[in-house]
Amino acid sequence: MAADALRTFAETIRAAATEGKRLRLRGGGTKDFYGQALDGEILDTRTYTGIVAYDPTELVITVCGGTPLAEVEATLAAKRQMLAFEPPHFGAATIGGAVAAGLSGPRRAAAGALRDFVLGVRVMDGRGQDLSFGGRVMKNVAGYDVSRVMAGALGTLGMILEVSLKVLPLPVAEAALKFEMPRDKAIEAVNRWAGKPLPISATAYTDGDLGVRLSGAAAAVKAACGTLGGERLADADAARFWTGIREQTDPFFAGDEPLWRLSVPSTTAPLAIEGRELVEWGGALRWLKSRAEARTVRDAAARAGGHATLFRGGDKTAGVFHPLAPAVARIHQRLKAEFDPHGVLNRGRLYAEF
Amino acid sequence: MNVRAQGIDFIRQSEVVGRLRARLPAESVLHQAEDTRPYECDGLTAYRELPMVVALPADEDEVKFVLETCHALGVQVIARGAGTGLSGGALPAPDGVLLSLARMKRILAVDPVARLARVQPGVRNLAITEAAAPYGLYYAPDPSSQIACTIGGNVAENSGGVHCLKYGLTVHNVLRVRGFTIDGELVEFGSEALDSPGYDLLAVVTGSEGMLAVTTEVTVRLVPKPEAARVILASFDDVEKAGEAVAAVIGAGIIPAGLEMMDQPMTRAVEEFVRAGYDIEAAAILLCESDGTPEEVAEEIARMIDVLRGSGATAIRVSANDAERNLFWAGRKAAFPAVGRISPDYYCMDGTIPRARLGAMLKFIAAMEQKYRLRCPNVFHAGDGNLHPLILFDANDPDELARTEQFAGEVLEKCVEVGGTITGEHGVGIEKINQMCAQFTGEELARFRGVKRAFDPAGLLNPGKNIPTLHRCAEFGRMVVRGGALPHPDLPRF
Repeated sequence: MAADALRTFAETIRAAATEGKRLRLRGGGTKDFYGQALDGEILDTRTYTGIVAYDPTELVITVCGGTPLAEVEATLAAKRQMLAFEPPHFGAATIGGAVAAGLSGPRRAAAGALRDFVLGVRVMDGRGQDLSFGGRVMKNVAGYDVSRVMAGALGTLGMILEVSLKVLPLPVAEAALKFEMPRDKAIEAVNRWAGKPLPISATAYTDGDLGVRLSGAAAAVKAACGTLGGERLADADAARFWTGIREQTDPFFAGDEPLWRLSVPSTTAPLAIEGRELVEWGGALRWLKSRAEARTVRDAAARAGGHATLFRGGDKTAGVFHPLAPAVARIHQRLKAEFDPHGVLNRGRLYAEF
Repeated sequence: MNVRAQGIDFIRQSEVVGRLRARLPAESVLHQAEDTRPYECDGLTAYRELPMVVALPADEDEVKFVLETCHALGVQVIARGAGTGLSGGALPAPDGVLLSLARMKRILAVDPVARLARVQPGVRNLAITEAAAPYGLYYAPDPSSQIACTIGGNVAENSGGVHCLKYGLTVHNVLRVRGFTIDGELVEFGSEALDSPGYDLLAVVTGSEGMLAVTTEVTVRLVPKPEAARVILASFDDVEKAGEAVAAVIGAGIIPAGLEMMDQPMTRAVEEFVRAGYDIEAAAILLCESDGTPEEVAEEIARMIDVLRGSGATAIRVSANDAERNLFWAGRKAAFPAVGRISPDYYCMDGTIPRARLGAMLKFIAAMEQKYRLRCPNVFHAGDGNLHPLILFDANDPDELARTEQFAGEVLEKCVEVGGTITGEHGVGIEKINQMCAQFTGEELARFRGVKRAFDPAGLLNPGKNIPTLHRCAEFGRMVVRGGALPHPDLPRF
């Protein structure tokens, strides 16, 4: 079965390369909304599934790209471990799709991004070649770090057949606190707290309320609750709140205004753009529900030293992702040409030019 | 007159020197052998080569000029930090310019609120932590050479340290790299935000051994210094039990700040040298560190002790204070020089394996000791499966040298076979370039060369390192540390 799936992938990609056709790599399709054009015939990645290797004492899991993200997380949870970057599911996502999109959830500022946990990949490139980079060990400096580049490349460099991810133990204790404060004070507070040895694992601010999640050793969480104060949420409410932030089901994300994702230095002052703002990642991630011009949003992000993505909705003709500096764009195009010389894989999904 | 000596073409040399001196002061462009000699090797002294020219730019404009000039002339450029690397990544070329970034050593900004530092590439790793200390912050990756190695070199090698299981490698702690491609074009990878649009080129450049771009500025993440840290010293009467104890600690849901293992031959060598108070009767010892708030450390140390006892530890000591904690670590950090004292030469390996294979790997190494009639004490970054077995030999005995090379080859191949890698942290450089052929297929190596072309189409940045040509893969060789002596013998190595 597995061998059949791989053979089909290779044959499909090679045929597309020969015939000059384009393929659209797709797992659960939960992120069809994300990125530029959806171009080409669908190549479903969900025929190649399963856990290849998982030994909890290694802190590494190796899975096939088509495996449901929920299955991966359930497998880890059974051994009291987790994907620490807390990826959004947005439905029946696959692990391959999660890696290709490269999105991380609320724990990102504390634990690291998805790319930080990628140890190795097995990919099929645009020639239909089956290639492995990185490995299943924590430290590996042999060759260039091609595996991490696959994280967030939206399938434009290769189809993720298998991925090895570093996993972490579930925190022993958790607590969620709520503080009422204005936006500028909240941004200041989360930056100040991040400079202290506090077990803060997530923050989210919107509309006058700052939510803070603590995770770690029981003693450390208890001590931090005492240090920080605020109102303690019931565990069930806390779980619902943080899931809502991760899955974008929180009331903030409702409404049909375009959703912008601004990634900026954490100390950036509140953005002076019309619309509503939700601040995550200790100030480093700003979700913006706004009908402002793309240019206005991009300029504000760039002035702050960051970038803006038109995450959901809106007019994609202005470009979903922030434009690249010319020298960096050239490197992108050459990398794409090396891994996918015939432009078969998810062409134009990341940037229209490739 | 002979215009070539030691492979250097003097006509070419004088042309390059002339062009560079049009912009750089004379003292920043070296070409006399007595001036270029200090640059002939890095920490891997077995390979030496005089560079045609050494350029010492003082700022970004000068770096850009050197690169543009070399690009126009088709001269290769080898960037160098402090020269402490252990795999020959900064080995010069007789027809190349050695670009030392040592003069660019200013700390440009420390922002305690945003918790980051912006520094030039020649800033020493430890200097960043020192600059951040007044704010209760530090730079987490701590390679053993941290008092001397530079951040630019750390980026090139993706350096680790003893705390990387919990705090990550260089790639996890660098936010932004600014530099130039070989054609003198300014590039920035990453930003002060937590991510950047497009491909994660910051990850590719980190660990690229100076082959993709020349770094001129690095922004690193600073993290709060833990309030407390304590280390457990646990003894075991069997090396495999010690290996299993490592897995048991991790399996119990504990991520130690540091988790190191030494076998008995190593503890004996070390104990004679530094008197760290190790149990030299134990077959193996583990160093297991916890850091965090005092409450967290107390809780974690108690859990660690339970697990270690349950795994058959025969004796357990916990550091009572920072002085004792430093003493326990001092032994581990003196492992390489300690071995240098008991053997004329040693060969250091750097393979990484899945943790569960530690015990089996130790058995394999013991069998190789019998097979090749050579001793091989072991130190491991056990927490992340990174092995540093040290084969003891005498390079003056050609048969011992040959046996050492075969021994090392078998161990590295075993690392790949059990799902590991030939190098965990020292880099491929020139030293392990042949073994890359054992780890990657021809297609994978071709794709690596494609990555190189995407950044450096002319192939002028540090060519011949890290990624072997297919032709080269036809051959297979290994190198050794001669005379048991690394340069910078004063630096701890672990």
